[in-house]
Amino acid sequence: MSLPIDMIILSLVVVSGIAAISVKDLLGAAIVFSAYSFLMCLSWAVMGAVDVAFTEATVGAGVSTVFCVAAVFHTTRRTKD
Amino acid sequence: MKITGLVTVIICGALLIFYAMDFPDFGDGTSPASTYLSPYFIEHTIEDANVPNIVTTVLADYRGYDTMYETTVVFTAGLACFFLLRRKESQNPPARFYRHTPTGITLRIEEGGKLPAEGSKVFMRIDSLWAPDSLIIKNTCRLVIAFIQLFALYVVAHGHHSPGGGFQGGVLLGSSIILFAISNDLRRSIKRFNEKTSAILGALGVLLYAGTGFLCLLLGAHFLNYKALAPIFRSTAAMARSHGILCVEIGVAFAVMAVMIWIYYNLSSAGKHDEGL
Repeated sequence: MSLPIDMIILSLVVVSGIAAISVKDLLGAAIVFSAYSFLMCLSWAVMGAVDVAFTEATVGAGVSTVFCVAAVFHTTRRTKD
Repeated sequence: MKITGLVTVIICGALLIFYAMDFPDFGDGTSPASTYLSPYFIEHTIEDANVPNIVTTVLADYRGYDTMYETTVVFTAGLACFFLLRRKESQNPPARFYRHTPTGITLRIEEGGKLPAEGSKVFMRIDSLWAPDSLIIKNTCRLVIAFIQLFALYVVAHGHHSPGGGFQGGVLLGSSIILFAISNDLRRSIKRFNEKTSAILGALGVLLYAGTGFLCLLLGAHFLNYKALAPIFRSTAAMARSHGILCVEIGVAFAVMAVMIWIYYNLSSAGKHDEGL
């Protein structure tokens, strides 16, 4: 049985979303969040919204990850809770 | 605290899912949006604006007012980061690190000590959380940055025909400068593209957008109705709208590029613009 590609992507989105908030290492959380954005970008592309996918890839997976890493660089790397 | 947060999230999520069930299905032809609005865009985009990419036309022409404020929001985000994070440099800087290039010895100069001259070839300023500078990273980035910028210009200019436009192209341009700042250091990047430039370019982008709209107003049409620009471009009304979209996209690209760089400078150096990632 072959799953449709959008179901695979959506389940990976859910997995990476949960991983991003449960990882204790903030740098790791930033990277997992970037993976989440990239999977969302794939999901947009599958739905045919190529412009949105492009924006998600540049802003979500690209620049916002850099901003998160730059912010983590000035705080502690591990969460307190 | 954790339990209240969890309860809030669950209630909000349940409400969202509950109300999302009323939405029309994906690709539903009988939903209100696709009965009269989408067919209009699909049928009239070419004759109205002569642009094959419907998304670009909707974004920059039919809903240009909306996108103008999106650009303003981006610029405001940059300003907010500036006001929150920027700190004035202190007169006596804390301990600085220099590397004596011929011998490879690292010097730590305490507060108030005599610092080497600014453009010294012998002493190289290094960050206090020093990462060894890698020849491979530096040269790869030097090669890649030019292509990223070229691609960004293509994305801005070709937004009429393919996916892309001002926002994506602006982010790509900004990220090429950010890549330079990461692969070299923040000071060298600031020397090439400083804070003043980014602030002025950001404001200029928003001004270019609003100015295009205002020009239409001066020429006797509604705000952001690019049809009125036809005498300036010496073209038909449809081509004038196409050119108007390009003007606006360039404004968006300027604003987004400058703001991305500005936010990065403030975030990575904690507002001191001294040492960064």
